[in-house]
Amino acid sequence: MNIYIQPDYEVVRNSDQCIACRVCERQCANGVHSFDPDTGKMKADSTRCVNCHRCVCLCPTHALKIVKSDDTYKINANWDNQTVNEVYRQANTGGVLLSSMGNPKPFPVFWDKMLVNASQVTNPPIDPLREPMETRLWLGKRTAKVERDEKGRLKNTLAPQLKLDVPILFSAMSYGSISYNAHESLARAAEELGTYYNTGEGGLHRDFYRYGKNTIVQVASGRFGVHKDYLEAAAAVEIKMGQGAKPGIGGHLPGAKISADVSETRMIPQGVDAISPAPHHDIYSIEDLRQLVYSLKEATEYKKPVIVKIAAVHNAAAIASGIARSGADIIAIDGYRGGTGAAPTRIRDNVGIPIELALAQVDERLRQEGIRDEVSILVGGSVRSSADVVKAIALGADACYIGTAALLALGCHLCRSCHTGKCNWGIATQEPELVKRLNPDVGYKRLVNLVTAWNHEIQEMMGGMGINSIEALRGNRLMLRGIGLTDTELRLLGIRYAGESL
Amino acid sequence: MSMREGQFRNPSGCAVTGVIDRSGRSMSGQCMIDAITVMHDRSNGLGGGFAGYGIYPHYKDHYAFHLFYDSKEAQADTEKFIGRHFEVVYSSEIPTSKIPSVTGEPIIFRYFLAPMPIRLSHSHLDEREYVARCVNRINAEIAGAYVFSSGKNMGIFKGVGFPEDIGRFYRLDEYEGYAWTCHGRYPTNTPGWWGGAHPFGLLDYSVVHNGEISSYDANRRWIEMFGYKCTLQTDTEVITYIIDYLVRKRGLTLAEVAHVIAASFWSTIADKDEEAREQQTLLRRMFPSLLVTGPFSIILGYEGGLMALGDRLKLRSMVCAEKGDKAYISSEESAIRRIEPELDRVWSPAGGEPAVFELYGRGSGK
Repeated sequence: MNIYIQPDYEVVRNSDQCIACRVCERQCANGVHSFDPDTGKMKADSTRCVNCHRCVCLCPTHALKIVKSDDTYKINANWDNQTVNEVYRQANTGGVLLSSMGNPKPFPVFWDKMLVNASQVTNPPIDPLREPMETRLWLGKRTAKVERDEKGRLKNTLAPQLKLDVPILFSAMSYGSISYNAHESLARAAEELGTYYNTGEGGLHRDFYRYGKNTIVQVASGRFGVHKDYLEAAAAVEIKMGQGAKPGIGGHLPGAKISADVSETRMIPQGVDAISPAPHHDIYSIEDLRQLVYSLKEATEYKKPVIVKIAAVHNAAAIASGIARSGADIIAIDGYRGGTGAAPTRIRDNVGIPIELALAQVDERLRQEGIRDEVSILVGGSVRSSADVVKAIALGADACYIGTAALLALGCHLCRSCHTGKCNWGIATQEPELVKRLNPDVGYKRLVNLVTAWNHEIQEMMGGMGINSIEALRGNRLMLRGIGLTDTELRLLGIRYAGESL
Repeated sequence: MSMREGQFRNPSGCAVTGVIDRSGRSMSGQCMIDAITVMHDRSNGLGGGFAGYGIYPHYKDHYAFHLFYDSKEAQADTEKFIGRHFEVVYSSEIPTSKIPSVTGEPIIFRYFLAPMPIRLSHSHLDEREYVARCVNRINAEIAGAYVFSSGKNMGIFKGVGFPEDIGRFYRLDEYEGYAWTCHGRYPTNTPGWWGGAHPFGLLDYSVVHNGEISSYDANRRWIEMFGYKCTLQTDTEVITYIIDYLVRKRGLTLAEVAHVIAASFWSTIADKDEEAREQQTLLRRMFPSLLVTGPFSIILGYEGGLMALGDRLKLRSMVCAEKGDKAYISSEESAIRRIEPELDRVWSPAGGEPAVFELYGRGSGK
């Protein structure tokens, strides 16, 4: 017996406005809309709707909207509708609940509980329209020796670094989880913006090798698509130890999304689920990590920085300190609100910690140990706006990874159904008919627009603080104040309460 | 209850000035008092101070410690500490004159010291590092004691009051030195503590500073990784530590230090010749967290020279001038004209461009 579950959202059509042009029907890969020849009208099956808003956006007469269903079980603060429905769903199927994108639960968002400073009287704000306002930075080790040549000039003893014109990178999203056109959009945008995108664990499509100098390639536990040319094509190599959306488990790409092209790029069979292991089976300890770091450096002749990405978990500070002593050039920390193409719901919603707290603790620990310059710190999961970027850098990050925001720029409406592979926006799908809906010429431009806009806002906020280099903002925690935070939260973030003077 | 310097950040406006005779001839501290008097309105009576170089020729090989004590107990504890770590060649109260407008002075002593040889060799530190650590320990561990000057053949004199009054209080007309700097402070809060006045000193470095830097906490949190403790929470303190770290511990030249703390913009660097571009890019990539932003103009005093440096946007005034062997630096030209009306050359260095004046034969840039 399968218990019927009422959909969370209902499709509402204004029949006065609907002209039965059937655009909605053609646009919906989930088969919500249909034309009834008997009545000459459109119908909708809300049980199939994922609320991706594709039909709403494309309806030429704006006749459609999606509303939250007011159907409800008896109101119960403990057993809410979703909780009950999930029990029904599991009793129906015996399966693990799957979800996509980031944790949607109402946990506190610490970005929204921090306020930024501005200059008044005693030092001047700086106007970015009239003065230089530098957002360029370099990622990597900064622990160079001071050595001189015979003429007394400083020798360049720095390890390889990544140059960024903006403090924002596109975070790891694999080809397979997202489409060819989405990848092309990210790669071209990274090139134009002077930053980097990240292949995720899905390998690098041959067509995109030409964007190599703006590409970070990932080496994950499944080693999908990892080979010599792949490593050599990249600007940097990222070892993925964990992901904020699903700390402690590996990736899962449903077989339905593994097309011929994806199969070739990943070097795995077509149509079969690609499940990467929870651990790297050659890394069961910190000293094992060191060996992989140096293996990758050997393979790339010490010409590329190595990033180690971890999920934000309870012991992040100590783990990061260990990584900083293991040869890594950059540590990427991914918060529990980070997105994913597919994750077990219970893990996505219950495992990991907020990136704000993890970042503050990692940065502080590395400084206490005197090794902050051994590594740069990248944070993501989730960074939603330029204000989040400014706060992250003031807490101690070097730069931010954005994933969800980048997908939103490409049209994603956060329906959290990526794992079904039927993305109506052409992003999280491999179906050719859907993929072609995302035009990379348009997509890359929208990404460039987004990051350019954020960078302007970052410059305005920096100028307000009287800071004209992003590097003078890094770790500048006096520029932040907390609001609505407990003493413990303030202590962990290393900031003072709003109203407390310098 | 009012808070002491170091328990809060105290934004200040200021006047700074300095003079050096590059031939090494001595001048009395009176010239600095005369110069700073002209800039009276740039101070508000809540802090003034001076640094003189070459003023202790009879003890030039010994570290001259100047100390403030809040109590006789603090003095006794400190002298015990000093006795364990140094040979005391001479010590005395620093001579002062009673001035009606200068009140609330602490006990002010000076000591001429040589590190205890056994202690020094057992510490496995070079001599200057040994001395710097002893200074830090006194300041951090002995309540009511504060070392405010610790270099050889130089001395800092400072207190709460207008700088010209502080100069008379310390009878600086009786000291002769080849270089002087002076600071008048305009704090926004009442510090009420003499240790909070400027110049700030560490070994033979002294820094006077006008401005309020916006990079403070980024700089502070970085430099504190290397054994420095920013107890006073002032810009001057953190800038002094940055210079000490880069010059003494990492071996950079003063010109290179300027390219770190007041680095040219990337757009400016891009227009320079290849060698300058490479060197300056490298310095920014090596020490990005020591870039100082926001307004500052500083005069760094050190054995044998003065360096003037302003922030890269030139948000604070800074004038340099020359007359014969003498070189002058000041917040305002008027202060220079007051002590030398006829100048060979007057100019305003660009933001981020260091002006270094050293004794002849010393070789520029350290």
